[in-house]
Amino acid sequence: MKEAELVIVGAGPAGLSAAIEAAKAGVKVMICDENQRAGGQLFKQIHKFFGSRAHQAGTRGIDIGQNLLNEVEKIGVDVKLDAVVWGIFSDRRVGIVHEGKNTLVKAKKILLATGAAENVLAFPGWTLAGVMGAGAIQTMVNVHRVLPGKNVLMIGSGNVGLIVSYQLMQAGAKVAAIVEAMPRIGGYAVHASKVRRAGVPILTSTTIKEAKGKEKVEKAVIIKLDDKFKQVAGSEKEFDVDVICLAVGLSPLAELAWMAGCKFTDVPELGGLLAIHNEDMETTVPGIYVAGDIAGIEEASTAIEEGRLAGIAIAESLGYINAAAAKEQKQQIYKRSDQLRDGPFGIGRRKAKEVLISRSLKQ
Amino acid sequence: MSKKNNRTYEGDSDIKVENPDMIICRCEEITLKEIIQAVSDGATTINQVKRRTRAGMGLCQGRSCGRLVRKLLAERTGKKVSEILPGTVRPPVRPMPLDIMASLEEE
Repeated sequence: MKEAELVIVGAGPAGLSAAIEAAKAGVKVMICDENQRAGGQLFKQIHKFFGSRAHQAGTRGIDIGQNLLNEVEKIGVDVKLDAVVWGIFSDRRVGIVHEGKNTLVKAKKILLATGAAENVLAFPGWTLAGVMGAGAIQTMVNVHRVLPGKNVLMIGSGNVGLIVSYQLMQAGAKVAAIVEAMPRIGGYAVHASKVRRAGVPILTSTTIKEAKGKEKVEKAVIIKLDDKFKQVAGSEKEFDVDVICLAVGLSPLAELAWMAGCKFTDVPELGGLLAIHNEDMETTVPGIYVAGDIAGIEEASTAIEEGRLAGIAIAESLGYINAAAAKEQKQQIYKRSDQLRDGPFGIGRRKAKEVLISRSLKQ
Repeated sequence: MSKKNNRTYEGDSDIKVENPDMIICRCEEITLKEIIQAVSDGATTINQVKRRTRAGMGLCQGRSCGRLVRKLLAERTGKKVSEILPGTVRPPVRPMPLDIMASLEEE
């Protein structure tokens, strides 16, 4: 059987960052991604990131992705694209299909950096053509330069909904409105102001009631919600749209962690059921680590920090970094992560993350 | 049967619910009515709903409908959503041709 020191599943911001840290320390890394291109969602992020300079604020996601790829190439990490990890078995054996070949690789350590899947919303007509996820729209517009339609209704006012609305407008579509079931806007004020200035109304306490159309979306019906989230009859409004974009959150893509036997716990602030991990990002199954959205839905910047952390911890446990040096590097990451999980938007995630890690101590 | 179940369960197969024909599992085209019927028939877990209806057995393996079914199950069994666990995950987690599966090199 083939053997590997570290197999990383997913070459997004978390996986690539982990690969870089681990390989820098001397770990032989194999990183697998089912896509044709590495970088995960970063290549859809044509906007500039926020935060401090330490977190590459002012740099576009697409450039952050390219920088990570350049570094991975420079260090000489074995990057397998179009490589599907289809199972994890006892003794950390990983099933991989790559270039038509199916192999089992026995790994000393495994890092799951598989990211997240988009949530859907069911309403009459939601299976019509033209109802699509924000991720699909970003791929179409920002990667392939294809406009999915001319008039869009956006469901969800989190950062994804706000940013994708703006990107759709930049690409030439009209955004009729952004609806939000909660009584307040979900995303950052800076993004909300931008779309509002461009004339897009953000309708809070409102949801989609129905998509109408014969074979594809022709109209969207929205409706007001009362303080118990019940629809208010008679408050319907209709929009002539050909696209309804769902930006209603993400769920961790954790199948491989379930299969590996990791213990899970519910942390609603971070996206629901999560594999319990400790301060080194190691799950309850020794040698299996998580980083990025699979370890809690956050942002690319936190995914990068978690990836680095996992990479350093893995290098340490394989004996490539001594405890003192590892501790110092980890402290810096904890500090930067705390800066990211700060302010009215971040502090809740920071507390949730602390709860998640505290549960690992009980295991 | 709990009160919550009784509210929608009215007779053996006559489920009264808004938009009964709305599809919940796109891959297998399973409707809301079929899933509620399964719950009324006694299903309390994702796995049981899956075995009765095929919801979650299609190409996406429940990545889309899983959350919807969990929510429905929680609502109708009076449990918290966090108490409803996802269905059992088995390899392969992605669809793969049988000849590739069979070609696995095991040394």
